[in-house]
Amino acid sequence: MGKKPFERPVITKINAGMPAKFGLQIRHDPITDIDGVPLQSLMDQYGSPLFVYSEKTIRQTYIEAYRAFSSRYPNVLLAWSYKTNYINAICNIFHQEGAWAEVVSGFEYRKALKNGVNGGHIIFNGPYKSTDDLILAINNESLIHIDHFDELYDIIEISKSMEKKPKVAVRVNMDIGIYPAWDRFGFNYENGEAWDALNRIMHYENLELVGLHTHIGTYIMSTAPYKVASKKMADLAIGLARKFNHHIQYIDMGGGFASKNTLKGGYYPGSDTTPSFDDYAEAIISELMKAEFAPDHLPMLILETGRALIDDAGYLAGTVIANKRLADGQRASILDAGVNLLFTSFWYDHDIRPGKDVSDQTEETAIFGPLCMNIDVIRKSTAFPLLKKGDPFVIKRVGAYNNTQWLQFITMRPNVVLIDLKGKVHIIREKETLETLNQHEYTPDHLQVI
Amino acid sequence: MKIKKNLAISDTGFVFDPSTGDSYTLNPIGLEIIQLLKNNLSLEEITEHMTREYDVDSNTFERYFYDFTGMLKQMQLVIPDEA
Ligand SMILES: Cc1ncc(COP(=O)(O)O)c(C=O)c1O
Repeated sequence: MGKKPFERPVITKINAGMPAKFGLQIRHDPITDIDGVPLQSLMDQYGSPLFVYSEKTIRQTYIEAYRAFSSRYPNVLLAWSYKTNYINAICNIFHQEGAWAEVVSGFEYRKALKNGVNGGHIIFNGPYKSTDDLILAINNESLIHIDHFDELYDIIEISKSMEKKPKVAVRVNMDIGIYPAWDRFGFNYENGEAWDALNRIMHYENLELVGLHTHIGTYIMSTAPYKVASKKMADLAIGLARKFNHHIQYIDMGGGFASKNTLKGGYYPGSDTTPSFDDYAEAIISELMKAEFAPDHLPMLILETGRALIDDAGYLAGTVIANKRLADGQRASILDAGVNLLFTSFWYDHDIRPGKDVSDQTEETAIFGPLCMNIDVIRKSTAFPLLKKGDPFVIKRVGAYNNTQWLQFITMRPNVVLIDLKGKVHIIREKETLETLNQHEYTPDHLQVI
Repeated sequence: MKIKKNLAISDTGFVFDPSTGDSYTLNPIGLEIIQLLKNNLSLEEITEHMTREYDVDSNTFERYFYDFTGMLKQMQLVIPDEA
């Protein structure tokens, strides 16, 4: 029986004087499969909502980033930023490609060890490393990036009773012309604090100064700040070579490259405005090459790129639960995935696509998650295709920071699957259940009965 | 529910309300429903027709029908029902 497909009826007012933004062609090409695996079959098997990762995209993105740098500079290394996404399978894809690990807590440090990363290939960043963490890291010959003087003196103290010489670097913060400047991590360049810290380390022979580190911020949308930062890092390194004849092994420029997501309120889509890996590489390396490094003392360049390496590879698939009208007549769609799973919806205007073929018709729609909380807004208003209750949707570019910052709040964390290079689907993190939660709770005897 | 008599509705789904100067666009299903309403069909008759032609059950259709006519009311394109 050839009945015609039903789409919900809609009427839209035409506003003659709409600003150009709304004149931009908004396309909502549906995503009906990921790497050839039909979306609906994924959700039928693994549930809705569902995080889906493409191994192919992860590897391609890594290779693209690595090439952008290695084609311009002889000695380049990427260290995977664990906090961006520390699901073990994801980390190990990066490690297989050659990435070291960059961690910012004792927990992440041990996670990297368990993944099989050689201790000497772990960069330990962050303002808090416990004494136990530091002892472990020193024994493993990991690269400890010092954040403040108290930590420097902790390390000096601990090292006195240890056989191994701690390998340390100094985290530097600086004015790079963007505001607000990140000055809470590391030692400041402009006021001389960083140089002071380096001098103290050089005078203390029980520490081995191996590198210099900076991380100028995240989602840096232009390349100019990296030029400024590279120059200042090179200056410090040259200063050490001059004063102490000490040649550091590496300059670590941190992360911060923007992904192709659109920042909230961004006028143009991020896919049009984000610099490429080549652009960032050119900015950083042109400055390093200008510096007075002797050819045999060119430091290794380390990058701790997080979001730009993983955002594109992650998708959040789910189902429309309901449509409704708000008091002012605006349409609202309620999805089964909320801000508890999609922390990045506080930063980004996420690109939400229908998960099946729909007509070109759209309606201004508020997109809410399923939480009974006013904050659960994925998009305040977006031209959205006419999805009905039960229809699938996909949110693109969710690979960075969501599977680490997601909350068990009101609903449970769902399955995460990986599609491998052959199109085979693997659960890489199992969904949580009531049991998962209850396992960690104890109800005292007198509260057992109600 | 009655559609305002003076509305100009084109076959392509363009609507002009001369009393306010506002224009609107309809998707094909919206257009079909508004034409049925203009011909004074009842909800039952419209549901009958739509469920016969389209892949939709009557409950689902009714839900979207009320949502749609709610918008028509909001946009003041219908004559209010006499109480
Ligand atoms: C020290 C350090 N390195 C790397 C990263 C990764 O940053 P991004 O995801 O912006 O590339 C971060 C995140 O803020 C960081 O704090």
